[in-house]
Amino acid sequence: MAAETASVPATSAPAETERLRLAKAAIRRGKLRTRWLLLSPALLTIVLVGLLPLSIILVYSFLEPGTYGGVRWVFSTDAYVQFLFERDLFEDTLTFNPAYLEIFWRSVELALLSTVGSLLIGFPTAYFIATRPPSRRNLWLFLITLPFWTNLLIRTFAMMLILRDEGVINIILMKLGLIDQPLVLIYTDGAVFLGLVYSYLPFMVLPIYAALEKLDFRLVEAAYDLYATRGKVLRHVILPVAKPGLVAGCILVFVPGLGAYITPELLGGGKSLMIGNMIAIQFGNSRNWPFGSAASLILMAIVLVALLVYVRYAGRRRGHG
Amino acid sequence: MRKHLLTAAAVLALGAGTLGLGAVQARAAGELHIYNWGNYTNPELIKSFEKKYDVKVTLDDYDSNEMMLAKIKGGAAGYDIVVPSDYMVSVMAGEGLLEKTEPNQMANFKNINPKWIEVYWDKGRHYTVPWQWGTTAFTVDTAVYKGDVNTLKLELDPPPELKGRINMLNDMNEVINAGLRYLGYPRCNSNKEQLKELSDLLIKAKASWRTMDYATIEKLTSGDVDLSQNWNGAAMRARAQRPTLKYAYPKEGFTGWMDNVAVLKGAPNLENAKLFQNFVMDPENAALISNFARYANGIKGSEKFMDKDMVAAPEIIPPAGTQDPEFVPPCDQKVVDLYNRIWTNLKK
Repeated sequence: MAAETASVPATSAPAETERLRLAKAAIRRGKLRTRWLLLSPALLTIVLVGLLPLSIILVYSFLEPGTYGGVRWVFSTDAYVQFLFERDLFEDTLTFNPAYLEIFWRSVELALLSTVGSLLIGFPTAYFIATRPPSRRNLWLFLITLPFWTNLLIRTFAMMLILRDEGVINIILMKLGLIDQPLVLIYTDGAVFLGLVYSYLPFMVLPIYAALEKLDFRLVEAAYDLYATRGKVLRHVILPVAKPGLVAGCILVFVPGLGAYITPELLGGGKSLMIGNMIAIQFGNSRNWPFGSAASLILMAIVLVALLVYVRYAGRRRGHG
Repeated sequence: MRKHLLTAAAVLALGAGTLGLGAVQARAAGELHIYNWGNYTNPELIKSFEKKYDVKVTLDDYDSNEMMLAKIKGGAAGYDIVVPSDYMVSVMAGEGLLEKTEPNQMANFKNINPKWIEVYWDKGRHYTVPWQWGTTAFTVDTAVYKGDVNTLKLELDPPPELKGRINMLNDMNEVINAGLRYLGYPRCNSNKEQLKELSDLLIKAKASWRTMDYATIEKLTSGDVDLSQNWNGAAMRARAQRPTLKYAYPKEGFTGWMDNVAVLKGAPNLENAKLFQNFVMDPENAALISNFARYANGIKGSEKFMDKDMVAAPEIIPPAGTQDPEFVPPCDQKVVDLYNRIWTNLKK
């Protein structure tokens, strides 16, 4: 078998194709150079404001904490060990300590829930906008982006005014006589969930809309004409087109949700740490910059792994399909 | 230590900034960059300083000592003045971050109440001058809780009417120190049995807490909580809007603190910074500081210029027979590591 395949290229290699190949390679090299030149501003930015600070964090995460913040230039892997284990201060033994894992898990859980919540609200919204006449779509998009004109902090405070014991919802319900004790709405995980969904919803709506806008709705009509059910139309016609938008939206909500700082702090009441707040206190009260750096990197690694797994999975599916 | 609502601080800083700019003459002789707690600097004070010395003042704010230290250590340049709390003065002086300006040689030094000269964080006042001082205890609504308020039991083992109606400061040291005082154990503690007991106490108490937040005034006045761990000046400001609030002086003890005007090493405007240190020791100016942020100031003769309601306030002047507040020096790294674990475990 091996001999058979090897003999095939030997019979066909005229000189002309060889010259063509060289010319093509030259053009490719020229294109490559232009591409690099065009990319260079973006690459420079990524290196200067992305990779460089990141490498400082990486270096810090392998050092020892300074007594009052900062770092001592002594190599140490303690920051990573501390993430899973606690060292007994008197005997040098390590015991498993799930406290930081629990904090990470709470953040992941909440970010996942917010993503699902935004998806459930965002998809119908995007579909609604995409099915309006083109002249009206811009108005709807404008309305979706309107909250961005106000600072996130201010919007979160507005949520507090709505949710608190003497807030809008409770006052209305009490005035209507539906309740006589205020409902406990604020300073709960539910309030944080609501806050995250509210803050990140536009990030879900916009990419889904961008994808759905390309959908030729005559295809939907055709599917109905061919006796497809609503479910089948959604699954076989709309979703395949919307998929890139859905994925982009989910990533855009999940990733910032994971590191959210203000929303959990204000709407959650500050009793439970989230990753973002946990990292922040390492640079403050806890005086442990290396651990803060290590935790940031671990968080980044988790996000990267999740994205890679997705890319692999999506790529394979496309290959088979 | 008076970390206020972020927005309130931002809005006020903005206000202060605008007022400050308004007062600047076209040809100010110099500049001064102040880095102070948010919602803590009287714009009148800045205006008056700008006028007197023909200096343009800019004001930035922070919400915790640690945040300020991190920024300064991280290389934030251009600031002349910072206002660290007692323990942070000793940390910063020890790290060589402060300029030895010798305020004890300044003209207005004679106005300092002698009680505030031989302090542990700056013996003999070689670096800093007093800004304001106060206490950290808690405020409780006497319409909700009728009993004796002067015990930490209300925070740490609350009666049914206060359960779920409590805000604690989101501050590792203040929460842990309250627990240690309640149990009668020493501060900066590294005794494992005692810390285990402390940790159990806090975890049990946390179930009764509604929030852990620095925005104490807002938490109390909005009706979200009926008890909040608090600073005395914030307690007074909250009482103005909710008159049934009462500031407690727990019999188990409570924290005292003083914020101090310090000059950073390498300050670009060293001479103006020294002028400012001298300026805030003037009784009339010290009163301006107090009238705005509602804390006592440590300058003799400033009472004359202070608002009447302040001089009589039980938050500012403790009732006769109240014990002295306890000033807690910074703990060593081993203790901080242990506290960190207790804190992380409490908040996980």
